[in-house]
Amino acid sequence: MSDATANTSTTPGEAQFSDYFALLKPRVMSLVVFTAFAGLMVAPVAVPPVVAFAAILFIALGGGASGALNMWYDSDIDQVMKRTEGRPIPAGKVTKGEALSLGLWLSALSVVMLGLAANWFAAGFLAFTIFFYAVVYTIWLKRSTPQNIVIGGAAGAFPPMIGWAVATGGVSVESVLMFLLIFMWTPPHFWALALYMKSDYHKADVPMLTVTHGRAHTRKMVLVYSILLAPIAVATGLTSIGGPVYMAAAIVLNLLFLKGAYTIWRRDEAAAEADGYAVEKRYFRFSLLYLFLHFTALMAQAGLGALNMGGW
Amino acid sequence: MPLTETHEIHKRRFGRNVGVALCLLGFVALVFLLTMSKIRNGGTVEGFDHAVRPSITTDSLQSEGESQ
Repeated sequence: MSDATANTSTTPGEAQFSDYFALLKPRVMSLVVFTAFAGLMVAPVAVPPVVAFAAILFIALGGGASGALNMWYDSDIDQVMKRTEGRPIPAGKVTKGEALSLGLWLSALSVVMLGLAANWFAAGFLAFTIFFYAVVYTIWLKRSTPQNIVIGGAAGAFPPMIGWAVATGGVSVESVLMFLLIFMWTPPHFWALALYMKSDYHKADVPMLTVTHGRAHTRKMVLVYSILLAPIAVATGLTSIGGPVYMAAAIVLNLLFLKGAYTIWRRDEAAAEADGYAVEKRYFRFSLLYLFLHFTALMAQAGLGALNMGGW
Repeated sequence: MPLTETHEIHKRRFGRNVGVALCLLGFVALVFLLTMSKIRNGGTVEGFDHAVRPSITTDSLQSEGESQ
Protein backbone atom coordinates (compact mmCIF):
# COMPACT_ATOMS: atom_id res chain seq x y z
CA MET A 1 0.00 0.00 0.00
CA SER A 2 1.43 3.37 -0.98
CA ASP A 3 1.37 6.51 1.13
CA ALA A 4 -1.18 8.01 -1.20
CA THR A 5 -3.68 5.23 -0.65
CA ALA A 6 -3.10 5.42 3.09
CA ASN A 7 -4.05 9.11 2.98
CA THR A 8 -7.19 8.58 0.98
CA SER A 9 -8.61 5.48 2.61
CA THR A 10 -12.11 6.44 3.57
CA THR A 11 -15.72 5.53 2.96
CA PRO A 12 -16.85 6.18 -0.61
CA GLY A 13 -19.52 8.60 0.51
CA GLU A 14 -17.43 10.73 2.87
CA ALA A 15 -19.46 13.73 3.90
CA GLN A 16 -18.94 17.24 2.74
CA PHE A 17 -19.82 20.30 4.81
CA SER A 18 -23.11 20.58 2.94
CA ASP A 19 -24.11 17.08 4.07
CA TYR A 20 -23.83 18.08 7.72
CA PHE A 21 -25.75 21.24 6.93
CA ALA A 22 -28.46 19.13 5.27
CA LEU A 23 -28.88 17.27 8.59
CA LEU A 24 -30.21 20.52 10.05
CA LYS A 25 -33.17 20.54 7.62
CA PRO A 26 -32.48 23.96 6.09
CA ARG A 27 -36.00 24.32 4.67
CA VAL A 28 -37.58 23.79 8.07
CA MET A 29 -34.96 26.13 9.53
CA SER A 30 -36.01 28.87 7.12
CA LEU A 31 -39.57 28.63 8.46
CA VAL A 32 -38.23 28.72 12.02
CA VAL A 33 -36.12 31.79 11.23
CA PHE A 34 -39.00 33.58 9.57
CA THR A 35 -41.61 32.94 12.27
CA ALA A 36 -39.19 33.56 15.16
CA PHE A 37 -38.16 36.82 13.50
CA ALA A 38 -41.82 37.79 13.12
CA GLY A 39 -42.49 37.00 16.80
CA LEU A 40 -39.54 39.14 17.80
CA MET A 41 -40.44 42.03 15.48
CA VAL A 42 -44.08 42.34 16.53
CA ALA A 43 -43.26 42.21 20.26
CA PRO A 44 -43.78 45.51 22.10
CA VAL A 45 -40.19 45.61 23.42
CA ALA A 46 -37.36 46.72 21.14
CA VAL A 47 -34.30 44.45 21.03
CA PRO A 48 -30.81 45.69 20.01
CA PRO A 49 -30.11 44.49 16.44
CA VAL A 50 -27.08 42.38 17.36
CA VAL A 51 -29.00 40.63 20.15
CA ALA A 52 -31.96 40.07 17.80
CA PHE A 53 -29.67 38.64 15.10
CA ALA A 54 -27.91 36.35 17.58
CA ALA A 55 -31.21 35.22 19.10
CA ILE A 56 -32.69 34.32 15.70
CA LEU A 57 -29.48 32.51 14.76
CA PHE A 58 -29.50 30.41 17.94
CA ILE A 59 -33.22 29.66 17.64
CA ALA A 60 -32.52 28.48 14.07
CA LEU A 61 -29.57 26.42 15.30
CA GLY A 62 -31.78 24.82 17.95
CA GLY A 63 -34.34 24.02 15.25
CA GLY A 64 -31.55 22.55 13.13
CA ALA A 65 -30.31 20.48 16.06
CA SER A 66 -33.75 18.94 16.54
CA GLY A 67 -33.77 18.22 12.78
CA ALA A 68 -30.48 16.32 13.12
CA LEU A 69 -31.88 14.34 16.07
CA ASN A 70 -34.97 13.57 13.99
CA MET A 71 -32.81 12.30 11.11
CA TRP A 72 -30.76 10.20 13.54
CA TYR A 73 -33.84 8.44 14.93
CA ASP A 74 -35.79 8.23 11.68
CA SER A 75 -32.99 6.99 9.42
CA ASP A 76 -34.69 3.61 9.06
CA ILE A 77 -37.93 5.06 7.70
CA ASP A 78 -36.11 7.75 5.70
CA GLN A 79 -34.45 4.91 3.82
CA VAL A 80 -37.82 3.53 2.73
CA MET A 81 -39.54 6.74 1.65
CA LYS A 82 -38.82 8.21 -1.77
CA ARG A 83 -39.09 11.77 -0.44
CA THR A 84 -36.38 11.19 2.18
CA GLU A 85 -34.10 8.51 0.72
CA GLY A 86 -31.61 11.16 -0.42
CA ARG A 87 -31.03 12.50 3.14
CA PRO A 88 -27.43 12.27 4.37
CA ILE A 89 -27.83 9.14 6.56
CA PRO A 90 -29.82 6.92 4.13
CA ALA A 91 -27.53 8.15 1.33
CA GLY A 92 -24.56 6.79 3.33
CA LYS A 93 -22.78 10.14 3.60
CA VAL A 94 -23.14 10.67 7.36
CA THR A 95 -23.29 8.01 10.06
CA LYS A 96 -26.08 7.83 12.63
CA GLY A 97 -23.60 8.49 15.42
CA GLU A 98 -22.40 11.68 13.75
CA ALA A 99 -25.98 12.93 13.37
CA LEU A 100 -26.75 12.19 17.04
CA SER A 101 -23.58 13.87 18.19
CA LEU A 102 -24.17 16.95 16.03
CA GLY A 103 -27.78 17.18 17.22
CA LEU A 104 -26.89 16.95 20.92
CA TRP A 105 -23.98 19.39 20.79
CA LEU A 106 -25.86 21.95 18.72
CA SER A 107 -28.84 21.65 21.08
CA ALA A 108 -26.65 22.45 24.08
CA LEU A 109 -24.83 25.25 22.27
CA SER A 110 -27.99 26.93 20.97
CA VAL A 111 -29.77 26.84 24.34
CA VAL A 112 -26.80 28.15 26.35
CA MET A 113 -26.04 30.86 23.80
CA LEU A 114 -29.67 31.99 23.59
CA GLY A 115 -29.72 32.25 27.38
CA LEU A 116 -26.57 34.38 27.37
CA ALA A 117 -27.60 36.50 24.37
CA ALA A 118 -31.24 37.09 25.32
CA ASN A 119 -32.76 35.60 28.47
CA TRP A 120 -33.10 32.25 30.19
CA PHE A 121 -36.86 32.05 29.78
CA ALA A 122 -36.44 32.07 25.98
CA ALA A 123 -33.57 29.58 26.31
CA GLY A 124 -35.73 27.24 28.41
CA PHE A 125 -38.46 27.54 25.82
CA LEU A 126 -36.00 26.58 23.08
CA ALA A 127 -34.80 23.58 25.10
CA PHE A 128 -38.41 22.47 25.57
CA THR A 129 -39.06 22.85 21.82
CA ILE A 130 -36.05 20.69 20.94
CA PHE A 131 -37.18 18.09 23.49
CA PHE A 132 -40.73 18.20 22.15
CA TYR A 133 -39.69 17.68 18.52
CA ALA A 134 -36.96 15.11 19.11
CA VAL A 135 -38.51 13.07 21.92
CA VAL A 136 -42.28 13.68 22.09
CA TYR A 137 -42.84 13.85 18.33
CA THR A 138 -40.03 11.84 16.70
CA ILE A 139 -39.46 9.09 19.24
CA TRP A 140 -42.85 8.81 20.87
CA LEU A 141 -45.77 9.96 18.69
CA LYS A 142 -44.72 9.75 15.06
CA ARG A 143 -44.86 5.97 14.89
CA SER A 144 -47.66 5.38 17.36
CA THR A 145 -50.60 7.62 16.53
CA PRO A 146 -52.25 9.15 13.45
CA GLN A 147 -52.49 12.35 15.49
CA ASN A 148 -48.69 12.61 15.16
CA ILE A 149 -48.94 15.62 12.88
CA VAL A 150 -51.40 17.44 15.15
CA ILE A 151 -49.34 17.15 18.35
CA GLY A 152 -45.97 17.24 16.60
CA GLY A 153 -47.04 20.44 14.90
CA ALA A 154 -46.61 22.18 18.25
CA ALA A 155 -42.83 21.94 17.88
CA GLY A 156 -42.95 23.92 14.67
CA ALA A 157 -45.35 26.40 16.24
CA PHE A 158 -43.13 27.44 19.16
CA PRO A 159 -40.58 29.65 17.30
CA PRO A 160 -42.73 32.84 17.20
CA MET A 161 -43.36 32.38 20.93
CA ILE A 162 -39.61 32.07 21.50
CA GLY A 163 -39.03 35.18 19.39
CA TRP A 164 -41.62 37.02 21.49
CA ALA A 165 -39.99 35.70 24.69
CA VAL A 166 -36.59 36.99 23.53
CA ALA A 167 -38.04 40.50 23.46
CA THR A 168 -40.44 40.41 26.41
CA GLY A 169 -39.08 37.62 28.62
CA GLY A 170 -42.54 36.05 28.85
CA VAL A 171 -45.73 34.78 27.23
CA SER A 172 -48.85 36.72 26.29
CA VAL A 173 -52.13 36.21 24.46
CA GLU A 174 -50.53 37.52 21.24
CA SER A 175 -47.71 34.99 21.30
CA VAL A 176 -50.13 32.16 22.15
CA LEU A 177 -52.29 33.12 19.15
CA MET A 178 -49.23 33.11 16.87
CA PHE A 179 -48.47 29.63 18.23
CA LEU A 180 -52.04 28.49 17.57
CA LEU A 181 -51.93 29.89 14.05
CA ILE A 182 -49.07 27.54 13.10
CA PHE A 183 -50.35 24.72 15.31
CA MET A 184 -53.75 24.60 13.59
CA TRP A 185 -52.24 25.22 10.15
CA THR A 186 -49.84 22.24 10.32
CA PRO A 187 -52.36 19.35 10.09
CA PRO A 188 -54.22 20.47 6.93
CA HIS A 189 -50.88 21.46 5.38
CA PHE A 190 -49.36 18.00 5.92
CA TRP A 191 -52.51 16.02 5.26
CA ALA A 192 -52.85 17.69 1.86
CA LEU A 193 -49.31 16.45 1.17
CA ALA A 194 -50.14 13.00 2.53
CA LEU A 195 -53.14 12.75 0.19
CA TYR A 196 -50.82 12.51 -2.79
CA MET A 197 -47.87 10.84 -1.01
CA LYS A 198 -49.83 8.03 0.65
CA SER A 199 -47.84 5.11 -0.71
CA ASP A 200 -44.66 6.59 0.76
CA TYR A 201 -45.96 6.75 4.34
CA HIS A 202 -47.65 3.39 3.90
CA LYS A 203 -44.35 1.80 2.83
CA ALA A 204 -42.60 3.27 5.87
CA ASP A 205 -45.39 2.08 8.19
CA VAL A 206 -45.93 5.58 9.58
CA PRO A 207 -49.51 5.88 10.87
CA MET A 208 -50.44 8.89 8.78
CA LEU A 209 -54.16 9.68 8.83
CA THR A 210 -54.48 8.65 5.17
CA VAL A 211 -53.13 5.21 6.08
CA THR A 212 -55.12 4.60 9.27
CA HIS A 213 -58.45 6.30 8.52
CA GLY A 214 -58.51 6.51 4.73
CA ARG A 215 -58.44 9.39 2.32
CA ALA A 216 -62.11 10.38 2.63
CA HIS A 217 -61.67 10.95 6.37
CA THR A 218 -58.43 12.87 5.76
CA ARG A 219 -60.26 15.14 3.32
CA LYS A 220 -62.88 15.83 5.99
CA MET A 221 -60.21 16.59 8.58
CA VAL A 222 -58.48 19.04 6.22
CA LEU A 223 -61.76 20.96 6.11
CA VAL A 224 -62.35 20.68 9.89
CA TYR A 225 -58.91 22.06 10.74
CA SER A 226 -59.21 24.79 8.14
CA ILE A 227 -62.49 25.85 9.77
CA LEU A 228 -60.87 25.81 13.23
CA LEU A 229 -57.90 27.77 11.93
CA ALA A 230 -59.88 30.70 10.50
CA PRO A 231 -61.16 32.18 13.82
CA ILE A 232 -57.65 31.96 15.32
CA ALA A 233 -56.18 33.87 12.38
CA VAL A 234 -58.89 36.52 12.63
CA ALA A 235 -58.72 36.72 16.45
CA THR A 236 -54.99 37.50 16.18
CA GLY A 237 -56.00 40.61 14.28
CA LEU A 238 -58.05 41.83 17.25
CA THR A 239 -55.08 41.86 19.64
CA SER A 240 -52.41 44.52 20.11
CA ILE A 241 -50.37 43.12 17.20
CA GLY A 242 -53.31 43.25 14.79
CA GLY A 243 -54.75 46.07 12.72
CA PRO A 244 -56.60 46.80 9.48
CA VAL A 245 -53.79 45.57 7.20
CA TYR A 246 -53.44 42.24 8.99
CA MET A 247 -57.19 41.81 9.32
CA ALA A 248 -57.79 42.38 5.60
CA ALA A 249 -55.04 39.87 4.73
CA ALA A 250 -56.35 37.32 7.25
CA ILE A 251 -59.93 37.50 5.95
CA VAL A 252 -58.93 37.10 2.29
CA LEU A 253 -56.40 34.33 2.98
CA ASN A 254 -58.78 32.36 5.19
CA LEU A 255 -61.62 32.56 2.70
CA LEU A 256 -59.30 31.20 0.01
CA PHE A 257 -57.98 28.53 2.38
CA LEU A 258 -61.51 27.45 3.30
CA LYS A 259 -62.52 27.36 -0.36
CA GLY A 260 -59.56 25.06 -1.11
CA ALA A 261 -60.36 22.81 1.86
CA TYR A 262 -64.02 22.65 0.84
CA THR A 263 -63.03 21.62 -2.70
CA ILE A 264 -60.75 18.90 -1.30
CA TRP A 265 -63.58 17.62 0.91
CA ARG A 266 -66.06 17.52 -1.97
CA ARG A 267 -63.74 15.53 -4.24
CA ASP A 268 -63.46 11.79 -4.32
CA GLU A 269 -60.45 9.70 -5.19
CA ALA A 270 -61.55 9.09 -8.77
CA ALA A 271 -61.65 12.84 -9.48
CA ALA A 272 -58.31 13.34 -7.74
CA GLU A 273 -56.67 10.52 -9.67
CA ALA A 274 -58.06 11.91 -12.91
CA ASP A 275 -56.32 15.26 -12.59
CA GLY A 276 -53.22 13.98 -10.77
CA TYR A 277 -54.22 15.48 -7.39
CA ALA A 278 -54.05 18.98 -8.86
CA VAL A 279 -56.38 20.48 -6.22
CA GLU A 280 -54.51 18.90 -3.31
CA LYS A 281 -51.17 20.04 -4.70
CA ARG A 282 -52.50 23.56 -5.22
CA TYR A 283 -53.89 23.64 -1.67
CA PHE A 284 -50.53 22.45 -0.29
CA ARG A 285 -48.64 25.17 -2.18
CA PHE A 286 -51.16 27.79 -1.13
CA SER A 287 -50.83 26.71 2.53
CA LEU A 288 -47.16 27.76 2.41
CA LEU A 289 -48.14 31.15 1.03
CA TYR A 290 -50.94 31.39 3.60
CA LEU A 291 -48.57 31.18 6.55
CA PHE A 292 -45.93 33.38 4.95
CA LEU A 293 -48.45 36.14 4.22
CA HIS A 294 -50.01 36.03 7.69
CA PHE A 295 -46.67 36.66 9.37
CA THR A 296 -45.66 39.18 6.71
CA ALA A 297 -48.92 41.05 7.38
CA LEU A 298 -48.20 41.00 11.13
CA MET A 299 -44.75 42.49 10.52
CA ALA A 300 -46.17 45.06 8.10
CA GLN A 301 -48.70 45.99 10.76
CA ALA A 302 -45.91 46.41 13.32
CA GLY A 303 -43.93 48.52 10.86
CA LEU A 304 -46.93 50.77 10.22
CA GLY A 305 -47.58 50.97 13.96
CA ALA A 306 -44.04 52.25 14.49
CA LEU A 307 -44.85 55.06 12.03
CA ASN A 308 -48.17 55.75 13.79
CA MET A 309 -49.98 54.60 10.67
CA GLY A 310 -51.61 51.40 11.81
CA GLY A 311 -53.14 49.44 14.64
CA TRP A 312 -56.60 49.66 16.09
CA MET B 1 2.64 7.90 -6.17
CA PRO B 2 3.84 11.22 -4.75
CA LEU B 3 2.28 12.52 -1.55
CA THR B 4 1.61 15.90 -3.14
CA GLU B 5 -1.01 14.53 -5.51
CA THR B 6 -4.45 15.84 -4.69
CA HIS B 7 -7.22 13.32 -4.52
CA GLU B 8 -10.92 14.20 -4.77
CA ILE B 9 -11.26 13.22 -1.10
CA HIS B 10 -8.67 15.84 -0.14
CA LYS B 11 -10.80 18.47 -1.84
CA ARG B 12 -13.85 17.34 0.12
CA ARG B 13 -11.95 17.38 3.39
CA PHE B 14 -10.54 20.81 2.59
CA GLY B 15 -14.04 22.10 1.88
CA ARG B 16 -15.24 20.66 5.19
CA ASN B 17 -12.35 22.22 7.10
CA VAL B 18 -12.94 25.61 5.51
CA GLY B 19 -16.62 25.34 6.50
CA VAL B 20 -15.76 24.56 10.11
CA ALA B 21 -13.18 27.38 10.21
CA LEU B 22 -15.69 29.91 8.87
CA CYS B 23 -18.29 28.77 11.42
CA LEU B 24 -15.80 29.19 14.27
CA LEU B 25 -14.71 32.62 13.04
CA GLY B 26 -18.33 33.67 12.72
CA PHE B 27 -19.05 32.45 16.23
CA VAL B 28 -16.11 34.41 17.67
CA ALA B 29 -17.21 37.55 15.80
CA LEU B 30 -20.79 37.13 17.04
CA VAL B 31 -19.75 36.73 20.68
CA PHE B 32 -17.55 39.82 20.35
CA LEU B 33 -20.38 41.88 18.83
CA LEU B 34 -22.81 40.62 21.46
CA THR B 35 -20.42 41.68 24.21
CA MET B 36 -20.01 45.12 22.67
CA SER B 37 -23.76 45.50 22.28
CA LYS B 38 -24.46 44.50 25.87
CA ILE B 39 -21.85 46.90 27.22
CA ARG B 40 -23.18 49.78 25.11
CA ASN B 41 -26.73 49.08 26.18
CA GLY B 42 -25.82 49.30 29.85
CA GLY B 43 -25.62 45.62 30.74
CA THR B 44 -23.94 44.74 34.01
CA VAL B 45 -20.26 44.24 33.34
CA GLU B 46 -19.37 43.33 36.89
CA GLY B 47 -21.05 40.35 38.55
CA PHE B 48 -21.18 38.75 41.98
CA ASP B 49 -18.49 36.16 42.28
CA HIS B 50 -19.13 34.05 45.40
CA ALA B 51 -18.86 37.08 47.66
CA VAL B 52 -21.26 40.01 47.83
CA ARG B 53 -19.77 43.12 46.26
CA PRO B 54 -21.40 46.25 47.71
CA SER B 55 -20.22 48.33 44.74
CA ILE B 56 -22.76 46.67 42.45
CA THR B 57 -25.79 46.43 44.74
CA THR B 58 -28.90 48.31 43.64
CA ASP B 59 -28.62 50.71 46.59
CA SER B 60 -25.09 51.75 45.77
CA LEU B 61 -25.91 52.21 42.07
CA GLN B 62 -28.93 54.36 43.03
CA SER B 63 -26.98 56.54 45.45
CA GLU B 64 -24.29 56.91 42.79
CA GLY B 65 -26.94 58.17 40.37
CA GLU B 66 -28.35 60.64 42.94
CA SER B 67 -24.93 62.09 43.75
CA GLN B 68 -24.29 62.86 40.05
